[in-house]
Amino acid sequence: MNRRTFLKTMGIGSGILLGARPRIIHASGPLPDSATVLVDTTRCIGCRLCEEACAQANSLPEPDLSDLTVFDRKRSTSETAFTVVNRYMAGDAEIHVKTQCMHCSDAACVSSCLVNALKKEKEGPISWHTNCMGCRYCMVACPFEMPKFEYHSAAPRIRKCTFCYATRLVNGQKPACVEACPMEALSFGTRSEMLQEAKGRIANAPGTYVNHIYGEHEVGGTSWLYLSAVPFDQIGFRTDLGTTPYPVLTKGYLKTVHGIDLIVPPVLFGLAYLSRRKRDND
Amino acid sequence: MDTQTTTETFSLAQELKPKRPYLTPFNVITAPVILLGVVLIVMRFALGLGSVTNLSQDFPWGLWIGFDVLVGIAFAGGSYVISFMYYILGKKVYHPIVRVTVLNGFLSYSFYAGALVLDLGRPWNAFNFLIGNEFGVASVMFMVAWHFFLYTLLLLVEFVPAIAEWIGARRLWRAVNWVNLVAVVLGITIALGHQSGVGGLFLLAKAKIHPLWYSPLIPLLFLVSSMFAGLCMVIFEGSITSRAFRARLSDEMGSTHDTIVISLAKVCTGIMAVYLVLKIFDLLRGNTWSLLSTPFGAWYLLEVIGFVVIPGALFFSGARKQSLSVIKTAAVMAMIGIFINRFNFVFIAYNWTEPVRYYPSWMEIVVTLTVIFTELWVYRWAINRMPVISERPRWARAHEHDRDNDNRSQAV
Repeated sequence: MNRRTFLKTMGIGSGILLGARPRIIHASGPLPDSATVLVDTTRCIGCRLCEEACAQANSLPEPDLSDLTVFDRKRSTSETAFTVVNRYMAGDAEIHVKTQCMHCSDAACVSSCLVNALKKEKEGPISWHTNCMGCRYCMVACPFEMPKFEYHSAAPRIRKCTFCYATRLVNGQKPACVEACPMEALSFGTRSEMLQEAKGRIANAPGTYVNHIYGEHEVGGTSWLYLSAVPFDQIGFRTDLGTTPYPVLTKGYLKTVHGIDLIVPPVLFGLAYLSRRKRDND
Repeated sequence: MDTQTTTETFSLAQELKPKRPYLTPFNVITAPVILLGVVLIVMRFALGLGSVTNLSQDFPWGLWIGFDVLVGIAFAGGSYVISFMYYILGKKVYHPIVRVTVLNGFLSYSFYAGALVLDLGRPWNAFNFLIGNEFGVASVMFMVAWHFFLYTLLLLVEFVPAIAEWIGARRLWRAVNWVNLVAVVLGITIALGHQSGVGGLFLLAKAKIHPLWYSPLIPLLFLVSSMFAGLCMVIFEGSITSRAFRARLSDEMGSTHDTIVISLAKVCTGIMAVYLVLKIFDLLRGNTWSLLSTPFGAWYLLEVIGFVVIPGALFFSGARKQSLSVIKTAAVMAMIGIFINRFNFVFIAYNWTEPVRYYPSWMEIVVTLTVIFTELWVYRWAINRMPVISERPRWARAHEHDRDNDNRSQAV
């Protein structure tokens, strides 16, 4: 290979590779005014009216609230139930915990999607869009296992809590579940308001709560925050997730690949040139 | 000697016809499987993934991703390693197998990465990452998808000379030969990105993969293991091809087969030693060695000792004793190790605390076999027609000789 071909090749090569080079989005941390719900598990009585309101708001099959056997075992959300309430026994006390998508501030699912079908809206909720390919990488990535897939559909969607974003939030309404809660176990506001509220409740009744707001720091912060009377690992929460936002786990690696894409071609051309020259000299 | 002088009278109709009797054992076994697989694929698209697979909300990826994509892509790693040794390091000993390896790589990527479409819930959106609807630039999957796509194209460019020789297109041959080294260099670069990238996907599964397997080094471990996995496939596939297509083998290919296998065994020994060192380093780094006494620890040790250390040692002794049977045993064992390793990431050590496990359904297995068998049919079709393992036309050999001389005068 001569010098002209070499330079030309380098030009074409780096052009192609730079063109496909991802730009890294930097995490800015949780936004103080993003929409947030505070769940006070000490107030929840397990009436499941939030489940019913959720089903109505999202046109899902409505749950049978009189069926108390649902508490016999731990349930997960599903493609037809975006929120479920589970019952835990802590000593003699029954504790009810509502689960749904946590709408992380810097979410694994959002960073995992190769076509941005899962988007963080500027108000905070994470919503799914129809340009999704159905690869289900978001399901692998989500540490809370919230994205659910319609396995029995020819045109499947990823289903999860929408935060009632398009139907209610943009019209200035609260999420349906928050409005339905008779115990004020769910409060809706901005993240800073909800954190302040949570800290106030802990400070006013230190004997009632453990001094921890789940979601304040977990995986970099979530838009659903929880208060509890007992340590969170006793009521079904994972406490081993750390405080690093998930996208950080792949950032360094992706940068390395960009480095490889830039540095390796000239090195290979150089090696090829050297090995040819060596062969010619032999 | 020159069996390809008929290329001047190339006829597509003639070439499409089968060259051998229909009722061969291979056809009798594979044809019904492929037919059944096609029915299942139709069912899968009509009724959804749940009608055919055992996938669930807890196990979103199963055999199709685990085998077709992860194992298939690792086994296709031979194409970039052989290209590197032949074109970049100038190891001429590999000349006879470059083409067949590139063909294998191209077909593997087309079929196995192509089989990804079967697993996509919304395959009509499969090209969104290419056309910008939208570019999910922060996603490792985005990088892998682009790299898959570009690499398949580059392998096609590397293989076009064989097609050109087959149909006698000398102008195309010359045009493509000019860009061959460019395709090789970009191909190797891109292979480094996506071979590590299929591992990099699992960096986000930190909460789910057993700590003995989860590591920030996953991309590097996938990359290094793809190197020996690819070469093991070259050894395995080479021993089958040289038997099944004995009549087509060129003199060069036939006479150098043993030498090549032995030198590949040496290379595999080295790469597997590096891989083992990385695995041990990872164990110490993650401070996870205390988990070795658990059931998953035993499973981990079986993978690393049974299917890395032992085949590595067999490669070493096979290369020293020049024993092809020892080397082939080592290759098969190392390939089984790749199966175990990749399946661990997708469903065995994935969500390992989940009591309800994933097992592939018989339908998933049939569809996987369909993908493999269809690829083998296309492979056989190409081997029987194009100068891949057989003698190349005289004009191409003469021209390549001239070109080498040209390059030589320019380089000095």
